[in-house]
Amino acid sequence: MADKNIVEKVWGFFTSVKLAVALFAIIALTSIIGTVIEQNAPPEKNIKLFTKMFGPASAPTAYKTADVLGLTDMYHSWWFTAMLVCFAANLTICSIDRLPRIKRVVDEPLKPIDMTEFDKYGIKKELSIEGNVEEAKAVVLTALKKLGMTPNATDPGGPNNRDIQFYAHKGRYTRYAVYVIHFSIIFILIGSVIGVTFGFSGYLSLPEGETSSVAFTRQEEEHPLGFSIRCDNFAVWFYGTSDMPKEYISWLSIIENGRTVLKKSIGVNSPLKYKGYTFYQSGYGVVPDAKGLIILNVTPKGGKTEQISLHVGESFTIPGTKLTGKITTFSPALSFDKDERPYTYTDNMNNPAVFIEVTSENEKEEKKSGWVVKRYPNTWKMPDGSTVELVDNYGYQYTGLQVRKDPGVWVVYAGCLFMAIGLYSAFFLSHKKIWVLLQPEKTKVNVKIAAFTNKNKTGYEGVINSVFDRLTQRV
Amino acid sequence: MGSPILFGIAEVGYFVAMMIYIGYFIFKNKTMGISATTVAAAAFLSQTAALAMRWMESYNMGIGRAPLTNLYESLIFFVWCLMLGYLIIEFKYKNRTFGAFVTPIAGLALGFIDLTGISKEIEPLVPALQSNWLLAHVTMSFIAYAAFGLAFATGMLYLVLSTEKRTESSYIFWTVAGSVFLIVLAAMGADYFKFKMMGVSSEMLKSYLFKATFRSDSKPMALLSLLGAFAIIFSVWRYGYVLKRMLKSFGLSLEFLEDLNYKVVAVGFPIFTLGGLIFGAIWADQAWGVYWSWDPKETWSLITWLVYAFYLHAKYLRGWRGNKIAVLSSIGFITVIFTYIGVNILLSGLHSYGEI
Ligand code: HEM
Repeated sequence: MADKNIVEKVWGFFTSVKLAVALFAIIALTSIIGTVIEQNAPPEKNIKLFTKMFGPASAPTAYKTADVLGLTDMYHSWWFTAMLVCFAANLTICSIDRLPRIKRVVDEPLKPIDMTEFDKYGIKKELSIEGNVEEAKAVVLTALKKLGMTPNATDPGGPNNRDIQFYAHKGRYTRYAVYVIHFSIIFILIGSVIGVTFGFSGYLSLPEGETSSVAFTRQEEEHPLGFSIRCDNFAVWFYGTSDMPKEYISWLSIIENGRTVLKKSIGVNSPLKYKGYTFYQSGYGVVPDAKGLIILNVTPKGGKTEQISLHVGESFTIPGTKLTGKITTFSPALSFDKDERPYTYTDNMNNPAVFIEVTSENEKEEKKSGWVVKRYPNTWKMPDGSTVELVDNYGYQYTGLQVRKDPGVWVVYAGCLFMAIGLYSAFFLSHKKIWVLLQPEKTKVNVKIAAFTNKNKTGYEGVINSVFDRLTQRV
Repeated sequence: MGSPILFGIAEVGYFVAMMIYIGYFIFKNKTMGISATTVAAAAFLSQTAALAMRWMESYNMGIGRAPLTNLYESLIFFVWCLMLGYLIIEFKYKNRTFGAFVTPIAGLALGFIDLTGISKEIEPLVPALQSNWLLAHVTMSFIAYAAFGLAFATGMLYLVLSTEKRTESSYIFWTVAGSVFLIVLAAMGADYFKFKMMGVSSEMLKSYLFKATFRSDSKPMALLSLLGAFAIIFSVWRYGYVLKRMLKSFGLSLEFLEDLNYKVVAVGFPIFTLGGLIFGAIWADQAWGVYWSWDPKETWSLITWLVYAFYLHAKYLRGWRGNKIAVLSSIGFITVIFTYIGVNILLSGLHSYGEI
């Protein structure tokens, strides 16, 4: 039966805890490599790193070797996956192998113990209670109740046929706790495999006002969503006058068969979910060469504010005057250099501004051209007292969305929950047993206690001592 | 009084306490022991008040968040947890010997803050960091790190007490690990004197770590520092047994240390698993849509976790005892330090408060 032998051998190999300990070490040590070599990075980056480590001569060879060995995308390489599979097999088989034994321990009914055995337990205690058996019984039962135990009792027995023994245990199911932990790890691994196999992870940069029916993979391939998504608007708020974003929000619409079926605003930490896809707010940016709309509030002196929207290059008149403003430039991040010359300091929409050139049919009318800055609404006033404010710009920014579909994530979360429950039960709960023997004498009852726990013996001993001492002292 | 003053008092207090604990350890003078505890407790109270004030200050600034979100605040919180854990143990077991081993860890963390010029400002948070999961993640991680730090201290003590022969691998381990610790502390001290005395502003103090010694601009100085480091390692290795003789009179038993070592790991491990790994993953999932991305910080957390899983299985299933277990718990804390600081300095990462 050579066949069975091999199966047994493989099984035996995977039941070994030695293998588990070896795998902990091997996985930990090899993982380090992947934190030194940058993963999924452009080759230049790692060649630079190798140049630092091995010198320029050997760097290209080192890089090629690393690449062939899968070290540049190590955590997805076949051999790293194989290690994780071994780990999972080890965990599963080892647990299956041991479960029957644990089940026997858990199911074993608790039995009263022989009088002589009372001295053999790690936790033991003797005391005496004044009074008759019934009184002593009441005290012991109260004490056991305080310990959370519901005891069984033996019929009177012993040398003079009057001894009574109470015995109880609790928390025997906590012996399964480590198996819950192990099982939860398998759960998490399965969940991540489901995610990798059936899921999708990509991104979508969606300019304000635009609609897309696809997302993109990291390799820039199109991935059809089965519905369309439109960015209705996007906005960023900053902390005070700094460029540190406090919050950024996209207003999104889901469109199916030409109908808007869902509208939602999303921010970081609050994504939009639709048909298995989740859209996360992950970034934003400026659309290159955009021809968007500029929205202005124009208020003639003492008059009513009027909101207008127009493109760069277009003009407007200020009501009640002969003044015409023409938007000549849009800057997403206006700043001035030391010679007071304007320039755009970053590609982000950190400080949007437009330059308005003012002309007038009436040569004599006072006029002034200048920058209108959105974050500083009072930047610009006409000499006649009218104001122009930059309210918003539309179509210049895109919202950066992370798009994900992960049918396995709930399995992973369930695994995490099991792990939490398992950890709590394994480290903070235990299987506790207690036996209490009552030996009545003339005016008192001698009490012998023996107890056992599979965890935290000192703690349990302390609780038993305090409960019994308090009750017997009161009597 | 603002929080910076109170933090300053706490920092000085911890350093003074460290000195007195070491003095107590060497001279076994009872008064010294009591004053060490008093100073440590006072520093701890001052730090507690400072943390509370910093929290309130952030509200007054209109930022309003728990003081736990950048490298500076998390290191401060780590020291706070470590000292709290230590004071509880000292009170519970009526033993001050660890003080001389725990306070240097606190000193190292605080010195690191000053020398690397980590920003102490209360900074507003970028949107991704405004998450309660992140807060739970950071808080629990640091409670766990503090527990692992205590395990490290007991593990080292265990090794000091249990080894003697200079050829024994456990002896070599503790003398080398201990002297590296000493060297880092001393090098930071040198930086501190050189650059603080020269009046380098905290802005410029950035990246001055080891500039007075190993990374000195003068080649001979760097070489000398390296030689000095080897000399320290050699002498600690040569005369390490003296420490054992000193320790003996404190009546610490090996069983007690091994038991305490397990107890703190058994507190740290579940907290780290839940807070460090699971809550971190949930946060990443909510903010970025990936619960695990194998970035260096995550990977090093996993490595740390595996080391402690190794510890638990080796202890309970392979029957490892004594030295081996003590060495494992020390390695565990070394990976913790690396996860937290090494990754920031040496490796690039996605993590938010990565850059110093
Ligand atoms: C990283 C993954 C793992 C974690 C977090 C983990 C966690 C634990 C914990 C906390 C315990 C309880 C230890 C104690 O008594 O203090 C335990 C016990 C155990 N582990 Fe693991 N474990 C892991 C992987 C494995 C693997 C791969 C095996 C495969 C052989 C394994 C086999 C066992 C066994 C046999 C026990 C003892 C169970 C008993 O007492 O009946 N573990 N594990």
